[in-house]
Amino acid sequence: MRALKGLVLPVVLVALWELAARSGFIVAESLSYPGAIARAALGALADGTLIQATKETFGAALAGMALGAALGIACGVAFGLWRLLAALMRLSTEALRPIPSVALIPLALLIYGFGYRMEIAVVAFACFWPLLIITESAVRGIEPRLIEVSRALGLSLAARIFKIVLPAALPRVFVGLRLAAAVALVVAVTVEITANPIGLGYALIVAQESMKPNRMLVFLLWIGLLGWLVNVVLLRAQQRWFGRMGSWAERR
Amino acid sequence: MTRTATLQALGSVAVALALIALWQLAANAGLISPVFFPGPDRSFGTLWEQLHEADFWLACGETLRRMALGFLSAAIAGVVLGSVLGLSERLRSYVEPTLEFVRPLPASAVIPLFVLLIGLNERMIVAVIAFASLWPVLLGTVHGFKTVEPRLGEVARMLHLSPLAFVLKMALPNAMPDIFAGLRLALTVSLILAVVTEMLSGMEGLGHNIIMAARSFRSADLYAGIIVLGAIGFATNLALERIERHVLRWRGTEPG
Repeated sequence: MRALKGLVLPVVLVALWELAARSGFIVAESLSYPGAIARAALGALADGTLIQATKETFGAALAGMALGAALGIACGVAFGLWRLLAALMRLSTEALRPIPSVALIPLALLIYGFGYRMEIAVVAFACFWPLLIITESAVRGIEPRLIEVSRALGLSLAARIFKIVLPAALPRVFVGLRLAAAVALVVAVTVEITANPIGLGYALIVAQESMKPNRMLVFLLWIGLLGWLVNVVLLRAQQRWFGRMGSWAERR
Repeated sequence: MTRTATLQALGSVAVALALIALWQLAANAGLISPVFFPGPDRSFGTLWEQLHEADFWLACGETLRRMALGFLSAAIAGVVLGSVLGLSERLRSYVEPTLEFVRPLPASAVIPLFVLLIGLNERMIVAVIAFASLWPVLLGTVHGFKTVEPRLGEVARMLHLSPLAFVLKMALPNAMPDIFAGLRLALTVSLILAVVTEMLSGMEGLGHNIIMAARSFRSADLYAGIIVLGAIGFATNLALERIERHVLRWRGTEPG
């Protein structure tokens, strides 16, 4: 029932749009009608650009997120375990954090030129911060007795981190990963739109500049669908793996 | 501030200075090509020079103006639409799934669409910023309304409050923390989109400045631009935090 109700608005909008275009109410100059867009979608699918561009964007977003998240989690664990370190790094991190990730696009372009590496670098910078912050606060929130137990057991530092700290922080770290995944996709597409000639963002710009509004809308809707899917899948995974722990972690 | 806190604050300043010194040493030693790695002396030197140029302030003003226009229109529209949606559960059940779809959409992806619809001009930039910043505020407001204590609604009915009075006197104050969480996100988004649209459209502004600096290999200008954008991000965030603390001071230090 809920799903049906949710479909009403989009369906009505699409139908109105189609009707308005057919009856000549809006002149299909910049925006055409849903039927034509569906045809353009088949075209983009048939010539392989849609699949190819999706692979490129996902590849760069995933690699960037993996890099940024790994660094963020590592720093977050270190800052969470050693408060003095966190206090000493406070000014440096607070000075770097407000830099908008897109401001680094020109710098990455200058260093790496076009291609995957520059996109991965910008995505990694953007994904680093949410994981640093969430992991740090998750590690601080670990039941102190757990840490005491690990000390009493005489666990080595590595064992303490991998057997006690990370598993205890995992539900919240996963929430961070979910947020970072959304960020990674957004930043990857943004990098492609502004500078990097690969992936979905670039396909979007090419379609616009070659005056193919239908094709442009196909890519726009596809990007929207992907973002939504990533979000839904990760949310399901979180509920499944962490259950109530997950929703508890969400609110923290 | 306690003594340890003071010491730690001083320590963090020292660490930051040490990192800058390290950056200087690395640049001096030529470890990385100076083409894209100017030392802090050149970066801050260029920044200092720029502070005396009218062009810089013009670009700065343009970026800030677009950001402010987009952010403010998004804030107003987001709170108003969010209140309407927050009041009616029936309306929400129809609209919310669509919102869930639009929310994760990368806002920069709508730029080409807005260019086609509006054209490559000032209005397009502000419209894109407003569009992108709208969702966090809207969803924050809706969330804030949902968490209003049901008994407050009963009280309002008993007092025969009009819906408007209920919104202004009960729902909005209750939703304020969520609205501010949305506003903080929207503020970051508005700066990002201002930079992106300027890079794409070639309109005067800080985003345009840094992409031009990169294209002509003026790395010191690029670093100066990045520093300024970081400073704007920091300052606007701080300002919003101050406003939030002022607006929410009546809540005291109640946890949550």
